[in-house]
Amino acid sequence: MSKTPPIANIVDLLALAHQIEANAVQRYTELAEQMETHNNRDLVAVFRDLARAEGIHAEEIRKMAGDVDLVAQARRLGRWKMGDSPEQADLGAAHYLMTPWHALQLALTGEQQALAFFTSIVDTTKDAKIKDMAAEFVEEEAEHVNLVHRLLRKYPKPADSWSEDDDPPASQD
Amino acid sequence: MPGADSISIAILGSGGAGALTAGNFLLEAACAAGWHGLLTRTVGPQIRGGEAAALVRLATHPIECMPERYDLLIGIDWLNAHRFGAEIEAAPHSLVVSDPRGGDLPAMIGRAGARVVEVPIKEMAKAIPGGRPNMIALGIAAGLLGLAGEIFTPVIEKRLADKGAAAVEASRAGLKAGIEAAADLDFGPRLSPVKPVGGAKRWLVSGNETTGLGALRGGVRFAAAYPITPASEILEWLAPNLPKVGGVLLQAEDELAAINMIIGASYGGTPALTATSGPGLSLMMEALGLATASEIPIVVVDVMRAGPSTGIPTKSEQADLNIAVYGIHGDAPHLVLAPQSVGDCLFTTQWGVHLAETLQVPAIVLSDQFTGQAIAAIDRPADIAFIGQRAKAVDFSGIYKRYAMTAGGVSPMAIPGTRGGQYTADGLTHNERGTPTSSEGDHRAQLDKRRAKLDQFNYGDHWATVEGSGEFAVIAWGSLTGAAREAVARVRDRLDVRLVAPRLLLPIQPEGFAAALDGVKHVLVVEQSHGAQFHRYLRAHYDLPGTVRVLNRPGPLPMKPSEIEQAIMEWRS
Amino acid sequence: MSAIELHPTCKPGDYKSEVNPIWCPGCGDYHVLMAFTRAFAELGLAPENTVVVSGIGCSSRIPAYTTCYGFHGVHGRSLALACGLKVTRPDLTVVVASGDGDGYSIGGNHFLHACRRNIDMTYVVMDNRVYGMTKGQPSPTTEPDFDTALSPGGTGLSPFHPLVIALASGANFVARAFSGAPNETASILVEAVRHPGFSFVEILSPCVTFRPDEREWKSLVHAAPVAATSDPAKAARRIMTDDGFNIGILYRGERRPYQPRIGGQNVDLADLEKDFEL
Repeated sequence: MSKTPPIANIVDLLALAHQIEANAVQRYTELAEQMETHNNRDLVAVFRDLARAEGIHAEEIRKMAGDVDLVAQARRLGRWKMGDSPEQADLGAAHYLMTPWHALQLALTGEQQALAFFTSIVDTTKDAKIKDMAAEFVEEEAEHVNLVHRLLRKYPKPADSWSEDDDPPASQD
Repeated sequence: MPGADSISIAILGSGGAGALTAGNFLLEAACAAGWHGLLTRTVGPQIRGGEAAALVRLATHPIECMPERYDLLIGIDWLNAHRFGAEIEAAPHSLVVSDPRGGDLPAMIGRAGARVVEVPIKEMAKAIPGGRPNMIALGIAAGLLGLAGEIFTPVIEKRLADKGAAAVEASRAGLKAGIEAAADLDFGPRLSPVKPVGGAKRWLVSGNETTGLGALRGGVRFAAAYPITPASEILEWLAPNLPKVGGVLLQAEDELAAINMIIGASYGGTPALTATSGPGLSLMMEALGLATASEIPIVVVDVMRAGPSTGIPTKSEQADLNIAVYGIHGDAPHLVLAPQSVGDCLFTTQWGVHLAETLQVPAIVLSDQFTGQAIAAIDRPADIAFIGQRAKAVDFSGIYKRYAMTAGGVSPMAIPGTRGGQYTADGLTHNERGTPTSSEGDHRAQLDKRRAKLDQFNYGDHWATVEGSGEFAVIAWGSLTGAAREAVARVRDRLDVRLVAPRLLLPIQPEGFAAALDGVKHVLVVEQSHGAQFHRYLRAHYDLPGTVRVLNRPGPLPMKPSEIEQAIMEWRS
Repeated sequence: MSAIELHPTCKPGDYKSEVNPIWCPGCGDYHVLMAFTRAFAELGLAPENTVVVSGIGCSSRIPAYTTCYGFHGVHGRSLALACGLKVTRPDLTVVVASGDGDGYSIGGNHFLHACRRNIDMTYVVMDNRVYGMTKGQPSPTTEPDFDTALSPGGTGLSPFHPLVIALASGANFVARAFSGAPNETASILVEAVRHPGFSFVEILSPCVTFRPDEREWKSLVHAAPVAATSDPAKAARRIMTDDGFNIGILYRGERRPYQPRIGGQNVDLADLEKDFEL
């Protein structure tokens, strides 16, 4: 049922890892733009920070690959089947009144999924080099998970009324 | 008065008698012999077998309207012919040829005091193997008009070729029998002999057909079609002819699809057109607004029928003026044109395409059932220089602004496929770039732009027909121009009357109109609209000098010159 | 699908314009836009040769969010615009975007005939089972008991089966996708564009504002259990008996697309006049 694209070598692993980070950058950047359009200023900053952090991770992985074009490599590997990509439907969890707590929950989910993905590679690969590198990524992602948990301690869970808006939706067309 | 310059013939019959075919052949042969001619038809409500009449007017000069009364009426039968009412009138001098077994003469004709002679048309037809009564009737008409049988041979052979040699033979025989029968009849009027035409080609053509050709000449290469009476012939003419010039016609599922299809095609760079009647034009209003707002050129021909609603689909009226001018919601300046005759349909449609393409705006061409379905012999219309000229964007240094403010108001359009020109066309109010906006500055600027591009354009003299001089003026439009012209000619010995007939109804031309009516003290507005739509339009947009009278009535009867003549003379006294 | 065929600059980011969507954060359409850009990149489409045509509604705002040519037309008529465009410009890739209201209600008639015509284009309907833009009225795919201001207590009307209607009308490719799986959706879109003729993709795309209950869709969707068939009757039966959340390509037909010849012939107009001559 679960079919990740075949990871034949280190480059494949790097390509997928890079894709996870790059997609995260794209996701958080989009969310920052959405929050800006929808006048949720606090969240603009939160998502830009998250995008920046993921961008650094992506760049680190890119450096590890040297001259190899990881984007092209990821494309050659093909697509994940539905439901198996570590990148789940995060944009669907957004809300125009979301709070930093919500953003961090979203980030936490993302990191946990990435962690699970690399863990499964460690558990299933037969290639020692791939296993080692995947294990490094597991450590990285575990750190990210912990970081998000620490950030979450700064933000209490919002009250149930967080999404209340006295104004009705506006009909535009 | 019957006489040397014009004779009118009505051929009536029902249930497969073939009266309309006879009328067509008569027109074609007579015009091949050099006369001018106009044919209209009138039919009952049935799909087949209904009562039908072919109405033919022949003359030594170009004619654009039907006569008061018919000089020669041939009734293969008179079944339900009373329904035609005042459309087919006889005069005391008229000759009525009647099949004795054809039923009672309609009261309208009987009352006129015309001579009635009986000719057993149906019996004579039966006596010929494969004979048909309409050919007998045609022969009678030919004989009385002094047309030799040979003139009809090429017409019969061409038109009946696919029915086989036997049918052609039978028709010629029927024609001959009819001519022989006519020799015994006494019919006064004779058309003057025809002067040979100086080599110029002549056409036998309907307004709907010339509309189609005008579209192609203007550069149209896509048409979307939803059939509707009385416009379908435009689309039927375009269907085989568009592919011959590399274009295509697509039948749409309804008028809403048709208008949107032509907008899509035009957006892609292909000049496009559709044709419809009043009910279809009503459906198209929303999309006309879309084309106006997104500045996409299209042409919609409305062949007007009598309204409102389903109305009388087979009859003419001039009552779609209101929706053509005012039907789009919001402030949406656009073009409205109206051809004045069968030949003018070619010019006006071609001009409409040219203007729409140049000004990037929809054009509504108001034709009508009378002009659209009348068949006329006309001199081949001259080739006109203008062809659609759309300003296309080619230079994309910087961000492309589809709706940029320019001097004349027309902004170059990027055609899909052009790199760097990508934009989203939108009905939403937009800024210069095309991005939706609700700012008062952008909204105002774009409204100004779309207004200015039409108002600043120089339409030249084509905007109206202006003839004659004097303090009296008749203002008419569309298919009534011909009747008005004939009325004005008739009174010329007693009174100088100007004729002003706008061909361009929107945008209005205040300077041209003022010049046309300079010195006029009495204006007679003539129109075929129960609500006097044209008069109200004139009052809304123009200053009418002096005193104004209105001669307006609805369809279904065509306006006759005598009505206008009478109104002029009554007023003058 | 070799890398060499791809347009040199085609990354998904190349297809996203600088215009920020007005969609509510959380809207499924953001993922649809993502899927569009990924699909266009994979297809190597040149933005200038691609046109996104739409009607009116939240989903119909998508053209301006891409860097392709676009047409935001009037309500329900996007397919008519697209037919006129594609038939006269077969060189362009035409993608039509609509919603369940725009596409199945006011656009219903054009839907039937666009499937029947089988002109080569891809029709994407973002189905959120509600009229979002106008604040929450039921659409032809809304459940009968869904309470709204215009239909208190629900309409009491069963939704119909747009995918079956598409099959019965002659669509050449029918698929269902879920916005929450943008990669899979992108794959389906790639196949849809590549498949000749009229390709119809319904994308279940939750409305976060008027249908917050649709959050559960992500737990309900699942891959279609069998591969696509080329038998429309079989496909119709499968769809009419599935749970409405089968995701994947459900039908691939073999009808020849309709495309009349454009250009080529160019007879002199004077020749056409010969029929008129006396």
